[in-house]
Amino acid sequence: MDILLQQIVNGLVVGSVYALIALGYTMVYGILGLINFAHGEVLMIGALTALQTLGVLERIAPDLGPLAQLAIALGVAVPVCMTLGFLMERLAYRRLRNAPRLAPLITAIGVSFLLQTVAMILWGRNYHTFPQLIPTTPLEPVSGVFITPVQITIVVVSALMMAGLLVLVNRTRLGRAMRATAENHRVASLMGVDVNAIIGATFVIGAGLAAVAGVMFASNYGIAHYAMGFLPGLKAFTAAVLGGIGNLGGAMLGGIVLGLVESLGAGYIEHLSFGFLNSSYQDIFAFIILGLVLIFRPTGLLGERVSDRA
Amino acid sequence: MATDAPASPVLEVRGMEVAYGAIQAVQGIDLTVGAGELVCLIGANGAGKTTTLNAIAGLLPLAGGEIRFLGEPVHSLPAHKRLRRGIALVPEGRGIFTRLTVEENLRMGAYTRPDKQEVEAGLARVYAMLPRIRERLTQVAGTLSGGEQQMLAIGRALLSHPKLLLLDEPSMGLAPLVVEKIFEVIQTVASEGVTVLLVEQNAHLALEFARRGYVMESGRITLAGSGADLLADPKVRAAYLGE
Repeated sequence: MDILLQQIVNGLVVGSVYALIALGYTMVYGILGLINFAHGEVLMIGALTALQTLGVLERIAPDLGPLAQLAIALGVAVPVCMTLGFLMERLAYRRLRNAPRLAPLITAIGVSFLLQTVAMILWGRNYHTFPQLIPTTPLEPVSGVFITPVQITIVVVSALMMAGLLVLVNRTRLGRAMRATAENHRVASLMGVDVNAIIGATFVIGAGLAAVAGVMFASNYGIAHYAMGFLPGLKAFTAAVLGGIGNLGGAMLGGIVLGLVESLGAGYIEHLSFGFLNSSYQDIFAFIILGLVLIFRPTGLLGERVSDRA
Repeated sequence: MATDAPASPVLEVRGMEVAYGAIQAVQGIDLTVGAGELVCLIGANGAGKTTTLNAIAGLLPLAGGEIRFLGEPVHSLPAHKRLRRGIALVPEGRGIFTRLTVEENLRMGAYTRPDKQEVEAGLARVYAMLPRIRERLTQVAGTLSGGEQQMLAIGRALLSHPKLLLLDEPSMGLAPLVVEKIFEVIQTVASEGVTVLLVEQNAHLALEFARRGYVMESGRITLAGSGADLLADPKVRAAYLGE
């Protein structure tokens, strides 16, 4: 019972990070029909930029408190990633807007390699220790469940950001223009909407969420390196597909469900496989889910419309 | 051909050519719409009418010629900037945002209008003109009937305060009674001083309502004149009125 509750808590934590990243995939897909496979790298750039910023802060302002350090690190990483998202769209994807759908997909994979390579040149191939600014030692267990301050922070911050995004998309003029553009670029332009600007804004917002996710991810595990974006990126993509790609609520639900499945799977995989596999095989659950969803329910949990794009 | 070209044109199209790849859909047309006029463009399927409207609205690039709006060349502006100048298009098939609510659709029409009071006044005017729309504000627009969607599309276009309203086949796929209502709305709009260029397959109806008309055939304008003259023209009667 303790294991079950513990794994549910762990699943919610990792799931909320997946959800934040999945939103970036699903927003871009919703408006362009493009799977931006470089989205995971944005997370990595966010984490490494934050790490770099923390290194500089240590030299120039060693007396700063941990929360102030974290705030400044985010204050640098988020705009850097937003700029990166903007440039990605502007330089790589915009000119392929009317190209056959394979071309932007391959380009996205190319952008992903490019960013990993640039990060490797800048930060090397080694694993870096990411400072544990928020304590990672568990608090007093509540009914046998251990939870750390950083985990609580992750869940709260993710929930706040998702709520903010929902308000933005559903209650503001910009959000309305994003939804209109997602439905029909031509008609949106007939309303006076600068479609290119709206698509740019979508990339920027998604990249901002990924930057926050990256910093939280690195804080939770205490490490950062040039390839750290790949696996969470792929899992968040799975989460977006699971929820119904193009659907914001679906990305959030998919992220949480994937986190839970993965965490529970890791907790029980030894029993499930009669001791053949251990918890280091937990990654297989994401891909089993991806396979099952694509075979049996390609529109995902919340997706009702069958899209022929991308 | 009595064209009696208007003294103060809102829209002047000169030698406009539009091509889709190697296929030239519009082959050098001239067309003028004066302030406050209701002008129609009729012709068979595939004559280039929709292409003409789309090019005027900025959805298609020109292969040649020019478009002047209120005396200024606009043919190199993208569609969203032409809307800001005052050219609104109700596209073929209505172009409703089916997943947005009716009210959100209307507010998209007012996207470029910064003055909140003006937007609310515009909404009130549209509600007065289209009471059926008002009853359905919170409904998702995809659930509206075809006629309601057409009304919504026209109301939405009006919220941008256009100086020139382009209407592409507003009667398409609608029952005769609904078409009559739509044309009443169009006439109300025109009587309030909005300049209208209307594309219609229903030539009889269009020529009755319009002050002037153009006939388009295979990418060219072949006839122009007052609505009454065109209605009486034997060639028009034979080709478009089924007589």
